[in-house]
Amino acid sequence: MSEILARLEGVSRTYKKGKESVAVLNELDLEIPQGDFLAIMGPSGSGKTTLLNLLGGLDKPTSGKVIVGDDELSSMSNSQLSSWRSSHVGFIFQFYNLLPVLNAHRNVELPLLLTDFSSKERAERASIALDIVGLAERAKHYPRELSGGQEQRVAIARAIVSDPSLLLCDEPTGDLDRDTADEILRLLQVLNRDHGKTIIMVTHDAQAAEYAKRTLHCDKGTLEAKEAA
Amino acid sequence: MKYFRLVWKNVWRKKIRTSLTILSVLVAFLLFALLSALGYAFKAGVDVADAERLVVIDKISLINPIPMSYQNRIASTPGVQSVTHASWFGGFYQEPRNQFGQFPVNPENYFDMYPEFNIPPEQLEAFKNNRTGAVVGQELATTYGWKVGDRIPIQATIWTKADGGRTWDFVLEGIFSTDDPRGSSALMLFHYDYFEEARAFGKGTVGWYVLRVANGADPVQVANAIDLQFANSPNETETSTEAAFAQSFTSQFGNIALIVTMILAAVFFTLLLVSGNTMSQSVRERISELAVLKTLGFTDRTVLGIVLSESILIMMMGGLLGLGLGWLVVQGLSKQMAAFLPGVFLSPGAMGGAVAIMIGAGILAGIFPAVKAMRLSIIDALSRA
Repeated sequence: MSEILARLEGVSRTYKKGKESVAVLNELDLEIPQGDFLAIMGPSGSGKTTLLNLLGGLDKPTSGKVIVGDDELSSMSNSQLSSWRSSHVGFIFQFYNLLPVLNAHRNVELPLLLTDFSSKERAERASIALDIVGLAERAKHYPRELSGGQEQRVAIARAIVSDPSLLLCDEPTGDLDRDTADEILRLLQVLNRDHGKTIIMVTHDAQAAEYAKRTLHCDKGTLEAKEAA
Repeated sequence: MKYFRLVWKNVWRKKIRTSLTILSVLVAFLLFALLSALGYAFKAGVDVADAERLVVIDKISLINPIPMSYQNRIASTPGVQSVTHASWFGGFYQEPRNQFGQFPVNPENYFDMYPEFNIPPEQLEAFKNNRTGAVVGQELATTYGWKVGDRIPIQATIWTKADGGRTWDFVLEGIFSTDDPRGSSALMLFHYDYFEEARAFGKGTVGWYVLRVANGADPVQVANAIDLQFANSPNETETSTEAAFAQSFTSQFGNIALIVTMILAAVFFTLLLVSGNTMSQSVRERISELAVLKTLGFTDRTVLGIVLSESILIMMMGGLLGLGLGWLVVQGLSKQMAAFLPGVFLSPGAMGGAVAIMIGAGILAGIFPAVKAMRLSIIDALSRA
């Protein structure tokens, strides 16, 4: 059995809606081994994105522990979480979320601004990341000059440029056609298989989930440990 | 510095909006430069005043003349080293718009009283020896293209001649300059004796006395002693430092500093509203981008710093352009107005103050949107996007 990279212990997350409390996650336990490619499926409002946010240090549990590597995220301050995110985790969003004022190269370089790398080192690393996703020749293009699939590749390059161990993908193919979605999913597989990235992907798309090593179903705040076929 | 590109790109996200904002900042600082330079001209006399010089004027008003007979009594007051006098002539050269200061003085000791004025000794000697001679400052000579030996007719507006004439003819015997860049040499000086002899009225009086206090003497005690001598006389005096005299002279035009401050306050208040609105819009329309930055690991303080830097950068770009343009205009203006209002000067202090205002206004305009960006909840912002 591989080493465990991320672990949730009795995690609950409750949100206030007016005077009401809405429990999104209930007493959740989960272990994610290093090198896993996990797809999380479930209906809207089932808590998939909340789970992703907790694993990425964007949110804190109401109770329970979130542990990634040696770090217990639930006990970290906001600035500690910011620093942790910059070096340990890469995010890939459904709508790419590139900065429109920066070209592809500068978008990819963005997370490296938080490091001590020189501008030359930053440029080299951004070029390598763009090369990995197959977009080296589009480095000078702005997001508006790229197709949806290309934008998502740039977003993936941005997610991997600081060499995080964990990639969190929130509906990464939700805005793409089938063929482009398959290209992106194959790229994620390459990153998982050849570059050792642990990937957790939230998706509605059963076909997308098939690219993962395993699939969990999230419903009503609990994870059903039901392995996909 | 590594965030500069990001800040720069964000500033130019909406080119027209940013350009218009920069233009409004430019206009504000252009106005600042012009008003500062004019304000400087009005208080230049106060700044260059000599603490060892006292001025004696009529207690009721500066425009009331004082008897010539006071000179010896003032000179014999303990603590007085030397005395000279001057009077306001108030004429113009060729056209009424060519106005500048003309003063009948005692050529024998006037330049001793004002060592900051430099005049070649042979020219000073020629001035002393020619009853209708005059000397002018370099600024005036440059403005009107005068050279030594020129005949200069001055039209009187107050002092008609005993023969009814209004034209006073002078021969230019010398040109003086001043080392102090804040001081003005836009003056014309001529013989009091010629003035006294030829004028139709007011004989036996001068406008004011200027005296130098002896080493070790207390200027306050000297001033009190002079005023005490003339107490209860038809012409009571008021003796003050040269700075106070210059201040009272300037205040005849109104409280220039207050007027300038009020205009600038109104301009900068409007500027803050314009710039603040620009920054608020800029932050509002990229909430999701700011959330992405935070997701990537940018701390709250870094995001605050980025937004504030954008605001300061906009203010600095417009401000420095406005200040630069203002400097150019002031250069031209100071030449045009050298005779009428000497000392129009954009001082290093005013420029330093302008840069401080740019930074301060940048912070003020950007602080609310920056704090909003800093407090942004990543989850809320991303879910809204």
